Amino acid sequence: MAEFTLKLRRYDPESGEAAYWDHHTVDLEPHLSVLEGILQAKARFDGSIGIRCSCRAAICGSCGVRINGQPALACHTHLDQAMKGSRDGTIEVEPMGNMPVLKDLIVDMDAVHWSKIRRVTPWLINKQPVPEREYIVPHEAMVDVTQSMACIQCGACVSDCLSMEVDPLFIGPAALAKAYRFVGDPRDAQHSERLNDLAQDPHGIYDCTHCFKCIEACPKGVAPMSQIMRLRRISSRDHGIVDRNNGERHEIAFTNLVRDHGLLWEAELLPRSYGGDSWLAKFGPAAGQELLSSLPVIGKALLRGKVTPMGALKAHKLPDEDLQQVKRIYETVEGRDEAERYELNLYISGYDEDMEGAEGPAPDAATAGAQGGDGGMAGAESGQPGQSPERSPSR
Amino acid sequence: MPSHDVLIIGAGLAGQRAALAAADAGASVAILSKVHPVRSHSVAAAGGINAALKPEDTWESHAYDTVKGSDFLGDQDAIEIMCREAPDELLHLEHIGVTFHRNDAGELGTRAFGGASAARTYYVADITGQAILHVLYEQITKYHETVNSYEEWFTTSLIQDDEGTCVGCIARDIRTGEMELFNAKAVILASGGNGQTFKPTTNALICTGDGIAQAYAIGAPLMDMEMVQYHPTTLAENGFLITEGARGEGAHLLNSDGERFMEKYAPNKMELASRDVVSRAEQTEINEGRGVGADGQGILLDITVVPRKRTLEALREIVNIGKDFAGTDITREPIVIRPGQHYIMGGVKTDVHGQVPAVHGLYAAGEVACVSVHGGNRLGANSLLDTLIFGRRAGQHAAQRAKSMPMPTTPTSRLRQDLEHIDAIIARERTGRRISEIKDELGTMMNRNVAVYRDADGLATAHETVRRLKEEATTAYIDDRGTVFNQDVLGAIELGYMLDTAEATVMAAIERKESRGAQFRTDFPERNDDEWLKHIDISRNGDEEPHVTHSPVTMTHWELEERKY
Repeated sequence: MAEFTLKLRRYDPESGEAAYWDHHTVDLEPHLSVLEGILQAKARFDGSIGIRCSCRAAICGSCGVRINGQPALACHTHLDQAMKGSRDGTIEVEPMGNMPVLKDLIVDMDAVHWSKIRRVTPWLINKQPVPEREYIVPHEAMVDVTQSMACIQCGACVSDCLSMEVDPLFIGPAALAKAYRFVGDPRDAQHSERLNDLAQDPHGIYDCTHCFKCIEACPKGVAPMSQIMRLRRISSRDHGIVDRNNGERHEIAFTNLVRDHGLLWEAELLPRSYGGDSWLAKFGPAAGQELLSSLPVIGKALLRGKVTPMGALKAHKLPDEDLQQVKRIYETVEGRDEAERYELNLYISGYDEDMEGAEGPAPDAATAGAQGGDGGMAGAESGQPGQSPERSPSR
Repeated sequence: MPSHDVLIIGAGLAGQRAALAAADAGASVAILSKVHPVRSHSVAAAGGINAALKPEDTWESHAYDTVKGSDFLGDQDAIEIMCREAPDELLHLEHIGVTFHRNDAGELGTRAFGGASAARTYYVADITGQAILHVLYEQITKYHETVNSYEEWFTTSLIQDDEGTCVGCIARDIRTGEMELFNAKAVILASGGNGQTFKPTTNALICTGDGIAQAYAIGAPLMDMEMVQYHPTTLAENGFLITEGARGEGAHLLNSDGERFMEKYAPNKMELASRDVVSRAEQTEINEGRGVGADGQGILLDITVVPRKRTLEALREIVNIGKDFAGTDITREPIVIRPGQHYIMGGVKTDVHGQVPAVHGLYAAGEVACVSVHGGNRLGANSLLDTLIFGRRAGQHAAQRAKSMPMPTTPTSRLRQDLEHIDAIIARERTGRRISEIKDELGTMMNRNVAVYRDADGLATAHETVRRLKEEATTAYIDDRGTVFNQDVLGAIELGYMLDTAEATVMAAIERKESRGAQFRTDFPERNDDEWLKHIDISRNGDEEPHVTHSPVTMTHWELEERKY
């Protein structure tokens, strides 16, 4: 047993008072969860501490909070772990961000998270005809969308989404991961319509800024940002959707500039994102208009020395050898067949030597019984350390 | 005041399935739950759902396995319905979007499960309950015009008209503290079990037997309440569930000698015998000194014999649970488990349409109900099936019933009574015990005396303790005086529900003087069909001392036999 001091953010909407910090010292095994700590404080000292919780095992998604400033499930964070991230010797627990606080650690999920989920038409629109028996679909496709199905709707990713902080209308990581669950599902009839909808929405898939916060925040390995990137790729590459937000053109301009010059050429990025993937883009009407409206920003950047006129006119220079390396990366990635398009997936782990007989019954009882005590044997045989997701083909 | 044809209380699998079925049948529907629907405890169901869908499988085989699993206490007419309708229900789930595991041909694939004579468990990795629950909620969202979802509303009581017909409920909006009377032509209880009366339990904190106690309070008998399932593999540390899917995939159970001891208890089915059989075997090993762990109270579950790649794909959740909650990499070393409270076979007695015969207008489906398809012991992966089949049937039947009747009206005076009760709890002096202390004592005591092995002395102790705790609960105090998210006062009400249902469990266990299914009496170690092939019904009938009666088991095609695995 060890003592831990919890520093809880309290807010009582009926008191008329501002939020405040409340300290409770609990006595628990260090590997128990922060939620167990809060429940002990609630049971022993103050039953009025408000927190949603139910399963205690990271499956119901109720107890999303911020612990020492980071989004997490309270039930999924060990007390000792939390202490390591402590800023002042206490474990600081606050309500999640980007959502209004109702009381203490309880936020209004419906106003933000669930309304965004409803935004993405979150139900299957069946491919017709609906078969008499099951739809015949590839094993991999079901495993693939199961990663998005693994989302427990806890809101941790929404809590710390930087894009949503800037644009509260952004559909956001959780809802877009949910959208992928239908776009990636071969039984859905409206992939194209869904993608078009999400690409054309100014708060849709192109509103994400690749900050990786949602991937870090997700306690279930759903990797929402990866699902958003897949939506973009499928939207532009497979469905040829050119959106009115210039998202698709921006991505093409970005990747082509990096391929051609090894580094990003910032001054070219804006005109090409609006005018198309060519040096002449800046003379197109759309780019011209955008350049014009960006003049104050450009002026400020020049004044503060963020860019120089010469620097803007010329691309960054990379040593030839490095440039060739960049090009080789492009050739490798772009040279792949569609079927080989590699994706990260929680449930698909790459080939390993145990694979043989994966569907069959387990090996003989007698040998297994003998190794019950030492536990090391099975581990020694397998080359791959850890259980981190490995790269694997999908789709 | 909200009025609907069909009012559903609880939004897990049974509740949501009932809501969708009632809406499809043309009813206006309200579904009300004390948590957001996707937080319901169905989310924790891991392993899968049974259906005899493969061409070479038959519903008869599934039904026989279920009858045998129930130790012949299950009602065979109900079991027949469940198993016959299972394949269509499964295909329905597939059609609305559940991402079931596929075989290499792209067809639905299965895994093996306990007590089953064929591999007929369909699954989504080890998050089957979550996947189905979330897909049903997708449908609830789609049905937003016909299904009104009241999320985070706590039901305080069921209401009856002068004839005793159930015509709605009183509920509190947790977010505002406001009380509301819901009118309905039919009420379906789908609010789950009472696992929290045991400590530890695999069940979530919300599983406090609310619906069971509410129905019981208005005269519905509770059936098979003595039948409490201890799951063979719960984490020794904290009681978290390790899915039966692990053994379905081939994992072994080992004692401190490294012996695969199930050979002694169930030589044919080994680790995949019925849950009561496996839990008892484990407890026997532990009691005879062959347990593992610091206190010798554990058993080893060895998943390392399952190919690692398969474990990572199909048992992902328990890989995480092992890592996060026990510091064990289950793909590398065995994990310490023990039997732990998991499910109650008993509940509100219903017919095969989900109707509660004793209270007109009231239905129940899922763990809150006892049809009885599980009898003395539920087979793994039959609970999801039970919730869906009887949830749907209840929804359809209630919608039909609603068509031929006017909307009842209820005087709002009933509302005041519940409000006063809540105010009285809030106003209690801080002189009694804390709610949390009573809840802890109840759980620990039940787990000691009403567990895998039971006897008259332990049960008598349990009975006395529950009665004392009921008394103490009437003066137990709370801290929260507010109205917004006053979880404290709801906890006090839940404690009352838990104590009522725990009392019924203990009384039924005392009554059944034999060993059958999950009830093993060391003082009556044999099954006694001559005297005890019958259900035990506990009802309140207004008085404080519950009333014990018996009712016959429905036998159709399957004869009694000795139960061996």
